[in-house]
Amino acid sequence: MSESVPGPAPEVFAPHEAPVSPPQASEEVEFVQLLTPEGERVEHPDYSFDLDDDAIKGFYRDMVLVRRIDSEATALQRQGELGLWASLLGQEAAQIGSGRALNDRDMVFPTYREHGVAWCQGVDPLRLLGLFRGVDQGGWDPKDNNFHLYTIVIGAQTLHATGYAMGQQRDHAIGDAENGEATIAYFGDGASSQGDVNEAFIWSSVFNAPVVFFCQNNQWAISEPIDRQTRIPLYQRAAGFGFPGVRVDGNDVLATYAVTQQALKRAREGSGPSLIEAYTYRMGAHTTSDDPTKYRLNEDLEHWKLKDPIERVHAYLARHAGVDHDFFDQVEADADKIAAELRDGCLALPDPVLTDFFKHVYVEETPQLAEQRDQFAAYAASFEGEG
Amino acid sequence: MTKITLGKAINAGLRAAMEKDPKVVVMGEDIGKLGGVFRVTEGLQKDFGEDRVIDTPLAESGIIGTAVGLALRGYRPVCEIQFDGFVFPAYDQIINQVAKMHYRSEGRIKMPVVIRIPYGGGIGAVEHHSESPETLFAHVPGLKVVSCGDPVDAYWMIQQAISSDDPVVFFEPKRRYHEKAELDESVPPVQPLHQAKVVREGTDATLFCYGPMVKTCLQAAEAAVEDGRNLEVVDLRTIAPLDLATIFASVKKTRRALVVHEAPLSLGTGSEIAARVTEECFYHLEAPVLRVTGYDTPYPPSRMEDDYLPDLDRVLDGVDRVMEY
Ligand SMILES: Cc1ncc(C[n+]2csc(CCOP(=O)(O)OP(=O)(O)O)c2C)c(N)n1
Ligand SMILES: [Mg+2]
Repeated sequence: MSESVPGPAPEVFAPHEAPVSPPQASEEVEFVQLLTPEGERVEHPDYSFDLDDDAIKGFYRDMVLVRRIDSEATALQRQGELGLWASLLGQEAAQIGSGRALNDRDMVFPTYREHGVAWCQGVDPLRLLGLFRGVDQGGWDPKDNNFHLYTIVIGAQTLHATGYAMGQQRDHAIGDAENGEATIAYFGDGASSQGDVNEAFIWSSVFNAPVVFFCQNNQWAISEPIDRQTRIPLYQRAAGFGFPGVRVDGNDVLATYAVTQQALKRAREGSGPSLIEAYTYRMGAHTTSDDPTKYRLNEDLEHWKLKDPIERVHAYLARHAGVDHDFFDQVEADADKIAAELRDGCLALPDPVLTDFFKHVYVEETPQLAEQRDQFAAYAASFEGEG
Repeated sequence: MTKITLGKAINAGLRAAMEKDPKVVVMGEDIGKLGGVFRVTEGLQKDFGEDRVIDTPLAESGIIGTAVGLALRGYRPVCEIQFDGFVFPAYDQIINQVAKMHYRSEGRIKMPVVIRIPYGGGIGAVEHHSESPETLFAHVPGLKVVSCGDPVDAYWMIQQAISSDDPVVFFEPKRRYHEKAELDESVPPVQPLHQAKVVREGTDATLFCYGPMVKTCLQAAEAAVEDGRNLEVVDLRTIAPLDLATIFASVKKTRRALVVHEAPLSLGTGSEIAARVTEECFYHLEAPVLRVTGYDTPYPPSRMEDDYLPDLDRVLDGVDRVMEY
């Protein structure tokens, strides 16, 4: 057909048939890995893990314990003791690796799923249950453990982290890679679409704030796969905002530790923000309310089971570090004990009373609210003795 | 005639609107394959395709902002906000853009955008999942605000909202999604969108309510029969604008009024009704207009929500008080 002959109208571009996304998966995009799924240590030109096998045993123990805490919480939800639970299953290495890289002055801003980071910061696991049981909205003091309250509104905490880091900067708490302070903000792949997160990137970049953005790309935001949020690997976005980004094997606790350590040092010494994309997988449902069979394939899960963050450390320790059964058995026993304590603690959590929840609406209580509280108390008292 | 739940009725209403008008598009988080966290959009993407049932990136400001653009281009977007507490990232777009576009353009531009928000408490959820922010929208000139209280209304009101050329914030009582009623799609709706309806005739006092509180008030009215009281119940259905004619007519008949809502007391829907009724029905009133509402605190942790929310006992307590005068 000659060019001058009018052909059929060009095919209309159907909006949903966007061009095929460039590859996202770890198979095709480089990431930092220091321990393979088979449990073999590997070298990386830019990152190394320089702690000894005892430290790795410690990470192993942390991961087993938080997985056990997590599964106990899921069980408690199933039995009606919690209203909801957001499981971290599959994300243990991302959380323990990054959490253990923090010094005791660094500050953490979590989402609602960072139970492993909470563990590293020394937050009593029982305190995490309050929000999910409906007895409080986060029963810990953020100052006790440098661990802010959980944030459910997606992405909001990344701005809080940035502002906190700007405070650290103004307090001259940075300047030393080991002893300076940094802030770490956790968020998910879904959150990366929020305006707040993008604003946090801009703020931190412009003000050179000592903040590490730690994105757990667990491939899913409830039912939406990662390609609904991005057409490029998330870590590459950092370049556009003017700071370094790196993708790490989020199921590799050694690599996650090493990469986070380096980013924190950079922040603490005053070199500014960075973005870490921990490439991992949400092994469970989004929360106990969710039914993932509606939107994702079981094969994916099977594929990711082979990359389990705990199994590979077990394999390494058993095969290359001469760690025997006694250690592994002891870790299991510790996990059982912690789970039992968590369960007992949960069942013993006192039921709250609404009168107490008028107290903290304001620092200076208003007369109107005081009146409402008294009215409520009188009304509630009128039922007493009725059973 | 089919027995249908409130959630499924909205689904059917969306489906009917989409069949009728190819410009209707539905957008939000997890509304495609999953069918929404409450399954209100279940099956729509399968039947209408990804161009019309759009799983959006996770950003509410983006959902509403792009809905504005789609509306400018002649579409009628129906946006789902996943939970009441997550509408606020979109608040700027709703207040400054959606609400004011018609005004700013001196009437040249229409914003036929529907913003669906599952709202209210009583489902044992964690924070931000149980709120009642209706007045934050009803106070804004340019927005219309409605809430359905039963499946039949849900089916028709969502369609009426979609065909409205004004933007409508459509509050869905999430704890009533599973309530059932008979729906006959061939019987057209009795009320236009912005009209209240008397759901129970009575003579002694009127309970004004909407959304999740309609069922609570109907139950209270039944219980009050034992006390020899014959209560009228008005499902407001529309909060902005209020259907003042129906409100005044009822008050003039019963001479006593109680407004019931989950949202906090101060500057709530009840405040506006009390003011209007006082202005218009002063000489008919036997008692001041009373309110039974949530307290002026953030929504509490769920173990206390039964104390926070107006329930049968609190409504009856309010009735006692309004009858005492
Ligand atoms: C502003 C806002 N919108 C919607 C929600 C509802 N919601 C809760 S979690 C979630 C998905 C989050 O995905 P991601 O950021 O990837 O984190 P993940 O849950 O996978 O850890 C959504 C949409 C919310 N919490 N906040
Ligand atoms: Mg995710």
